[in-house]
Amino acid sequence: MTGGGITGSGTEPRFNPGDAVTVSARFPTGRRHLRTPFYIRGKTGEVERVCGAYKNPEDLAFGNYDAARVPLYRVRFDQRHVWDDYAGNPADTIDIEIYEHWLEPAATGDPGDAA
Amino acid sequence: MPHDDPHAHDHDHAPIEADGPQGYYQHLAAATRSLLIEKGVFSAGDMRAIIEKIDERSPALGAKIVARAWTDAGFRERLLAEGKKAIEAEMDIDAVAADIVVVENTADVHNVVVCTLCSCYPVFILGRPPDWYKSYAYRSRAVRDPRGVLREFGTEIDPAREVRVHDSTADMRYLVLPMQPEGTEGWPEDKLVEIVTRDTMVGTAEVRAAG
Repeated sequence: MTGGGITGSGTEPRFNPGDAVTVSARFPTGRRHLRTPFYIRGKTGEVERVCGAYKNPEDLAFGNYDAARVPLYRVRFDQRHVWDDYAGNPADTIDIEIYEHWLEPAATGDPGDAA
Repeated sequence: MPHDDPHAHDHDHAPIEADGPQGYYQHLAAATRSLLIEKGVFSAGDMRAIIEKIDERSPALGAKIVARAWTDAGFRERLLAEGKKAIEAEMDIDAVAADIVVVENTADVHNVVVCTLCSCYPVFILGRPPDWYKSYAYRSRAVRDPRGVLREFGTEIDPAREVRVHDSTADMRYLVLPMQPEGTEGWPEDKLVEIVTRDTMVGTAEVRAAG
């Protein structure tokens, strides 16, 4: 069970640097170990780099050391898109590591596309 | 005895002892440790040795990396491209336990690192993280109001510079490459090492030439 729902495919990355991606707005409950912070679910950013493929922590956390590897990305988000009341420089960003099965291609024209 | 001390403080404070009531997780950790030792998975000595090994790591290692990057443009480039590889190949630092993303501060960009989910930190090049790095306050506020948090560290970032927060949520570990202060050009590496502090490599401070 990897995060509940969207499949994470193999280790060949589905996204490339520069791609606009939206973090899945899933909120699975129960005994979970999810490395996707709540505050970024549903937000749209841009792939900063592909980090490689790493064992899925959602399985590793429960002792499955043969967990499948999942591509991991660093995704850059505009702070003003993440926090409605963000008061700093509009150019301020936040980079977050997110596993592929938590990312979807952004719908075109989605607001908050990280510049 | 402390109360007979001629240096007795003029204020009360709690004794410096860790003997308060143990919480659920402390009991769990102690019980797990005892069981693993009883079952022979490892010995008490093994555990002590590994803690000692962890404590040998300190920000002095990170400072060496930074000073090298300031004085060697080729190394800096390789460090920014592939942190772990450059450190393992060119510095005398072993057991770099994770991939390192090195983020460079410039006149236009200031980087700061946080782990909102727990306390991920590049222990193998900076030593154990400070308590504030693990606090709920830092972890929740550094992402939401980085400029305000940095101000509380005494670090005022020019509004025109971009503040880039890095939430260390997964398998990468982060090292901030601070800006080399003006007036230190031409300093030898071993002198530069002395002005690079822990917080400048997490991004909550900037390097000052005065040290």
